[in-house]
Amino acid sequence: MSISLSVKTAIEESGNSRENLMSVLQIIRSDLGTLSPAILTEVADQMGLSRADVYGTATFYSFLETTPVGKYSIRICRSISCDMKNKNAVREALENHLFIKKGETTKDGMFTLTETNCLGHCHEGPVMLVNDEIHTELTPDSAVKIIEEIRIREGVDE
Amino acid sequence: MTRERISKMQEKVNLIFSECDSMELLEQALKVEPQQILKMLLTSSLRGRGGAGFLTSLKWKFASEADGNRKFVVANADEGEPGTFKDREILDKVPCKVLAGMAICAHTIGAREGYIYLRGEYNYMKKSLQQKLDEFNDKIKNMLDFTISIKSGSGAYVCGEETALIESMEGKRGEPRNKPPYPVTEGYLGFPTVVNNVETLVYVAMIMKHGAAHFASLGTEKSKGAKVFSVSGDTPIPGIYELEMGMNLAEFVELFGDGDTKAVQVGGASGFCVPRRKFAETIIGFEGIPTGGSMMLFNSSRSMYNVLHNYLEFFCEESCGQCTPCRVGCQQLRNGIEAVKQRKLPPSHLDVLSKMTRTMKIASKCGLGQSVPNSFNSIVTSFKEEIIY
Ligand SMILES: Cc1cc2nc3c(=O)[nH]c(=O)nc-3n(C[C@H](O)[C@H](O)[C@H](O)COP(=O)(O)O)c2cc1C
Ligand code: SF4
Repeated sequence: MSISLSVKTAIEESGNSRENLMSVLQIIRSDLGTLSPAILTEVADQMGLSRADVYGTATFYSFLETTPVGKYSIRICRSISCDMKNKNAVREALENHLFIKKGETTKDGMFTLTETNCLGHCHEGPVMLVNDEIHTELTPDSAVKIIEEIRIREGVDE
Repeated sequence: MTRERISKMQEKVNLIFSECDSMELLEQALKVEPQQILKMLLTSSLRGRGGAGFLTSLKWKFASEADGNRKFVVANADEGEPGTFKDREILDKVPCKVLAGMAICAHTIGAREGYIYLRGEYNYMKKSLQQKLDEFNDKIKNMLDFTISIKSGSGAYVCGEETALIESMEGKRGEPRNKPPYPVTEGYLGFPTVVNNVETLVYVAMIMKHGAAHFASLGTEKSKGAKVFSVSGDTPIPGIYELEMGMNLAEFVELFGDGDTKAVQVGGASGFCVPRRKFAETIIGFEGIPTGGSMMLFNSSRSMYNVLHNYLEFFCEESCGQCTPCRVGCQQLRNGIEAVKQRKLPPSHLDVLSKMTRTMKIASKCGLGQSVPNSFNSIVTSFKEEIIY
């Protein structure tokens, strides 16, 4: 979908008034993967808002990335309960498996690995979100397996 | 043995997750006059379960008296406090009770529109919740002029603060507003708005069902009723438990500890750390340490330096940056304990930091910056050696 059409669709779905900006950005983020400067400019123009306003809003929220991210965002919970359940081992296993460090994206643009604050599953840590899917009681092996399964699925799809 | 005891304690309360026909409950509740509902809530002494503990009856009274062409009811499902996971469970297991609570509020204050502000981290719940909402909106059509929708967050802890939440609902950066005016007079889009925690709304519904006296008979004089606790950390039985308010920490640790508990963090990163020697004298409730429900246990294998560092890192990341004491203060605290640990600064630097937290407490604009000193001072006071060496 072109940027302009995608923005138009999101605005039609959410509504055009100021209070719908978050919803518009959320839809586009999930459709197009990231909120590039070109996209934010288009949103500003179509909603009649200033670019600074739209950019300022998007950059406030950690789930509304304005820099390129992978098709799958892996977010490992870094809060203390998951930390105590050894989330570092899970992160290191994924770093080694994906050949990236936390904060980076794989060369093929498939995965971005980050740490995030409390995911609200503290009794079944360590946990991670992969896009909108939650995975609990991880081990280094089970986390890698989840990623491998996605890779296989993606391979089949293409 | 302990499990049985806990089960018994839970059975005694059993309000939040009990089975109940929400539509029937609502039908009965809507027959009650708003004034009477406010009176019932006052008698029940229900205080908000989101952390701040404001009297629900008073909040609703202010909103019902406020002038506005439109009024709003908002369920705060932002649940970002580290160690808290009960609102997710409530929305998952008994969503209709939350919706019933919102409808009772709408009836009481005269609102026609309601929102659930669901944190982005819980996006995976949105679809099924939306379905429940659609059914609910449809069913209450003939009873009440009230419609509920969902608004999603996008990963910002501070948006749990009610005025930041409203800013975010308006599609803006989640920066807390100055108070007053409070949301009950000027909230969403400038109209009177009640923001309540998910759990609070369910208790309202249960008070309408079982009566105010029943609720008030639970707990203690100053902390009436019950509360849902999210228990995690070094415990053999992590999970969600609905218990009476006002338990002391020694009793809590006896039930949930692993036999080696050295400290409990009550109320998450913005709460207080209680060391073992103070368990017996510490009450979980408004007369002691109030909590949104987060209870994290630490045993003697844990470094309290790591715990504090984790919290401070969290605050550095989540501070909205609007005011200097919080923005700079959080960073100074984190850098400060790092420097002391690495011997770049003397241990006496901790006193300098502690003095600075007084400024944070007084001069920060919202509860985030104001509560950073809680965990900092309680951990540094009780576990100074662990921070230094
Ligand atoms: C930084 C910060 C985060 C907060 N996060 C939440 C939250 O996630 N959920 C919540 O119900 N209240 C949260 N609160 C408290 C709200 O501001 C508000 O007091 C509460 O939602 C009111 O509901 P209640 O009266 O039912 O407790 C937070 C407060 C602060 C200062
Ligand atoms: S105290 Fe912190 S989070 Fe609150 S308004 Fe100030 S900078 Fe923002």
